[in-house]
Amino acid sequence: MILTREVAELKRPEDVVRVRQVARALALQAGFGLVDQTKIVTAVSELGRNALIHGGGGTATLEVIEEGIRRGLRIVFRDEGPGIADVERALQDGYTTSGGLGIGLGGARRLMNEFEISSSPGKGTTVTIARWK
Amino acid sequence: MSTKSILPELVRRFEAEILNDWMREQRAAITLRADLLTDAELARQSAEFFAAFQAGLQGQDLGEITGPAWGTARDLLKEIARLRSRQGFSLSETATFVFSLKQPLFALCQRELEREAVLLVGELWTISVIIDKLGLFTAESALAAREEIIGRQQAELLELSTPVVKLWDKVLALPLIGTLDSNRTQVVMESLLQAIVDTGSSVAIIDITGVPTVDTLVAQHLMKTVSAARLMGADCIISGIRPAIAQSMVHLGVSFTEIVTKATLADALRHAFARTGVSVSRQAAG
Amino acid sequence: MDKIPILRMGRFLLVTIQVDMHDQLALALQEDLTSRIVKDGARGVLIDISSLEIVDSFIGRMLGTIASMSRMLDAETVLVGMQPAVAITMVELGLALPGVRTALDVDKGMEMLRSRIGPDGEMTGHDPDP
Repeated sequence: MILTREVAELKRPEDVVRVRQVARALALQAGFGLVDQTKIVTAVSELGRNALIHGGGGTATLEVIEEGIRRGLRIVFRDEGPGIADVERALQDGYTTSGGLGIGLGGARRLMNEFEISSSPGKGTTVTIARWK
Repeated sequence: MSTKSILPELVRRFEAEILNDWMREQRAAITLRADLLTDAELARQSAEFFAAFQAGLQGQDLGEITGPAWGTARDLLKEIARLRSRQGFSLSETATFVFSLKQPLFALCQRELEREAVLLVGELWTISVIIDKLGLFTAESALAAREEIIGRQQAELLELSTPVVKLWDKVLALPLIGTLDSNRTQVVMESLLQAIVDTGSSVAIIDITGVPTVDTLVAQHLMKTVSAARLMGADCIISGIRPAIAQSMVHLGVSFTEIVTKATLADALRHAFARTGVSVSRQAAG
Repeated sequence: MDKIPILRMGRFLLVTIQVDMHDQLALALQEDLTSRIVKDGARGVLIDISSLEIVDSFIGRMLGTIASMSRMLDAETVLVGMQPAVAITMVELGLALPGVRTALDVDKGMEMLRSRIGPDGEMTGHDPDP
């Protein structure tokens, strides 16, 4: 069941800051503690930047969800960029195509409970992450 | 579900009688917990729920208790389930609150529809469906409330089991006792790091003398704690690594390189003193 | 675009990051800081991140770069005031910031710089410390 939903655009660098703030507010609303909030916001920052830099911009959909007695936060990043040719490789720490540290994707996966990525060259990338209380 | 149920009409006409019978039914049930719930409170809850029950019967589809008509009834049952779970009622004791309403309703229909067998069967079925669903809803709510209580108690227990003590000015110690799992290690880590900030300590000693086994996962957690403390500007020392643990750790391929390890808490404290510039000397006996 | 202010304290520079940084701001800080180190002849840099709510891989990389660049310019960098939640998250993320010195707060960071740089660094006589 979805309790709250917010959709945010990722077009300019400042949008990443805004999505982080929305993620923080929703994590607080879902009842996450400070450490979990920080992990969620950090993962959002990594993936938001990815969607912007590699995907040429897109959207982030943030949802406070409830399944039975557990509550969580789910975030879906969608872009219509060039896509990722080798997803397995992109998840490895240290692999980068932008001169960064190459820990964004893998790091975001470690910070969350659920991580799903689907991408096909030319059709963009969708990354879904979730963390449960 | 029969579309022309006369149940709402029947219940309204014999309102007082049903409520009375239901109360009697509840008081007679072996699941009554007079020790936990006063009669006045029971009467209040029953009256409130009965009103909500009647409101629910006004809805379009009688058996659909997830619909808007049953909203008040659901909220009330949730609240009652939560209350009773906290008071120590068992699940069946809590669910009986709703299930015991079946008997008076059945009795009423039987009496009023004595000559209309077909109608009677239909109404009895309707009652059964509604009460069963509401009863299950109550049980589920009680279960959820109980899990919430257990979760909270677990968290409290975790906090209790990880005391961070101040050994000296700017020196903290965390004596760990018992098995370390992922959950507990996270709490340990958080409370240690918070204590470092709160006390402005530059050295923290994690003593694992009381930890029976250290597997790779636990070792990893320990190393993460040390790394996090370092990022904040504090040094960690791990002390109390028993020979057996040192052996098994080497076999597992875990080596605490780049981490200061000491055999005993005393050694670690001596190291911490050196690090913070404290010197201790023994005075000549006088 | 707003900038992050850099304060001079004797031969040290103090940067307090208080805003939710976006990437351009972080890059601008990196540039400002290196030119200030040279201009002021600074021997040490204190970066106070106690109000920073997250450090992701981008900001982490920037902090590491600042430390390496300032070392090349003969200045020590000390990162101070990281919050526990941020530290835990960084470790989980895989950002250990090797080669970056850390201290609990500005005072301790300053102490660390003084003890590392020694009396040589205090030639200007701004500081009465021994």
